[in-house]
Amino acid sequence: MQAVRAVVAALAIAGPAQAQLSIEITGGGANQIPIAIVPFAGETALQPGVTEVIEADLARSGRFRTLYTGPQNPPLNEATNVDLAGWRSRAADALVVGGVYPASGGRYEVRFRLYDVPKQVSLGGFAYTIAPAQARATAHRIADYIYEKLTGDRGVFSTRIAYVVKAGSRFQLQIADADGANPQTAIQSNEPIISPTWSPDGTRLAYVSFEAKKPVVYVHSLATGRRQAAASFRGSNSAPAWSPDSKQLAVALSRAGGTQLFLVTADGANLRRIMSSPSIDTEPHFSPDGQWIYFTSDRGGSPQIYRIATGGGGAERVTFSGDYNVSPRLSPDGRTLVFVTRDSGRFYVAAMDLATRQTQVLTDGGRDESPSFAPNGKMILYAADAGGRGVLAATSSDGRVKQRLSVPAADVREPAWGPYPAN
Amino acid sequence: MRKILLAATMTIVLAGCQSTPEADKPAGVEDRMGATTKPPSSATTQPVAPGSMSGNPLKDPSSILSKRTIYFDFDRDDIKVEFVPIVEAHGKYLRENRGAKMLVQGSADERGSREYNLALGQRRSEAIKKRLMILGVTEIQIESVSLGEEKPACVDHDEGCWYKNRRGDILYGGEF
Repeated sequence: MQAVRAVVAALAIAGPAQAQLSIEITGGGANQIPIAIVPFAGETALQPGVTEVIEADLARSGRFRTLYTGPQNPPLNEATNVDLAGWRSRAADALVVGGVYPASGGRYEVRFRLYDVPKQVSLGGFAYTIAPAQARATAHRIADYIYEKLTGDRGVFSTRIAYVVKAGSRFQLQIADADGANPQTAIQSNEPIISPTWSPDGTRLAYVSFEAKKPVVYVHSLATGRRQAAASFRGSNSAPAWSPDSKQLAVALSRAGGTQLFLVTADGANLRRIMSSPSIDTEPHFSPDGQWIYFTSDRGGSPQIYRIATGGGGAERVTFSGDYNVSPRLSPDGRTLVFVTRDSGRFYVAAMDLATRQTQVLTDGGRDESPSFAPNGKMILYAADAGGRGVLAATSSDGRVKQRLSVPAADVREPAWGPYPAN
Repeated sequence: MRKILLAATMTIVLAGCQSTPEADKPAGVEDRMGATTKPPSSATTQPVAPGSMSGNPLKDPSSILSKRTIYFDFDRDDIKVEFVPIVEAHGKYLRENRGAKMLVQGSADERGSREYNLALGQRRSEAIKKRLMILGVTEIQIESVSLGEEKPACVDHDEGCWYKNRRGDILYGGEF
């Protein structure tokens, strides 16, 4: 929590908060868990109230259906002896009760308890002592707890996303909570910014900026707001990808002619070439175990995804169907490859099961690009087009649940979902 | 569109011309304050001649060197016949002006991945650079880079527009 606060403070210096991303859910998942969240007692002391944030988080995941309960009489909280049999008749499979209580020094204690209604057992609870400004972050943590207890997967409600907003001729690299709240501008420029990517430790963003009238790769430290050119060689410098240990970047450089893959440390030292080819090699991406670098190459005549072992060896082709498969990204468990595929001149995000090589097209926008996995692998954030305007969209990894995130009167693009917060 | 590009280029060049006297300004201001007559240095500022012969050929609209954009076909980086004379004229200029520096910015249309398009734009700028080197220009004079799909000259989603975005732009020192 302390780390998060430090980051927000530094970002606040960099620029004023921007128009917030608004989220619209455009699909629904199957087998949603019906959950009742009783409005937290005393939560009007906090802004926002925790109940609304928890409900929005769970609904957005597509894995829950929230049942409206309204205030209960007599009031229910985490200390109440709840009539679970009664809640069963109201079709709730899960019940959340809690309260917000004044604590010393202007702080508050937020307590909650989660129940499995059919089994009539408590699934535990938590108490947090917080400053009022931490209400939203605390609600995200409660949503993470509920999500993990009921689905078995870790929640991503406390994570953040980075993206680029183009408003007029101005480009802003912004960072917001995963629900679009608290947008902060890390850098703004009159020249384009593309390809932001989080260091796996969550402390830095690498990105490409054109402020020097050519692409240069920067590494930007979020806590300090300071940045450093990591690749600024003669020619073009682009497509940064972090190694899993956050120490190295794979980049695409044209310093030796063509567009070729290199490794460099995050501070720009120790440049090494990954391989030599007469083709375009770009969009490197490390597998989570660090054993492979996936990349896009046109060495076979059309752009396709290949991989090369980080320990050396030849490149191996991964995608075969269609004549345009680019932008490889691996799921956190390393089992699924998502990429952008072209079909009849339109672009979609597709997912390939690396074990079976079965591919499923997940999106239907036609101008979908830049996919990025949530750290739990359950959602994929990508850039899409809505009536000529750039928006962010997210799909569940099975393609069933869809969300759209947009900023009024601006283009939003180049999303990157950040890692779990370190705490 | 070409006119707009040219106008932008000229503005940059003119701004570049102004920057040199500006560097001497503090001294110039002191002189004027200390003397009743204008120092001769203030007379060295020259208006830019609108005529064709006396001006800088790089910004003379009647010179082929004012043509700075090479267009490419879809998924191609070969220089089409109609653009060869432009590249050759710039090659001649660079050969005759060994101190001149050039930045070639390649671009791609908007379709597909931004990073892959960056690589396609790079291929186009390098095609122009290679042709210039065949003409005897030294490599140190030219830097070839890519803007990918990020600086479109035209923003409609059709081929008429995409064609204008598959291009290489030539800039000289002082213009970038």
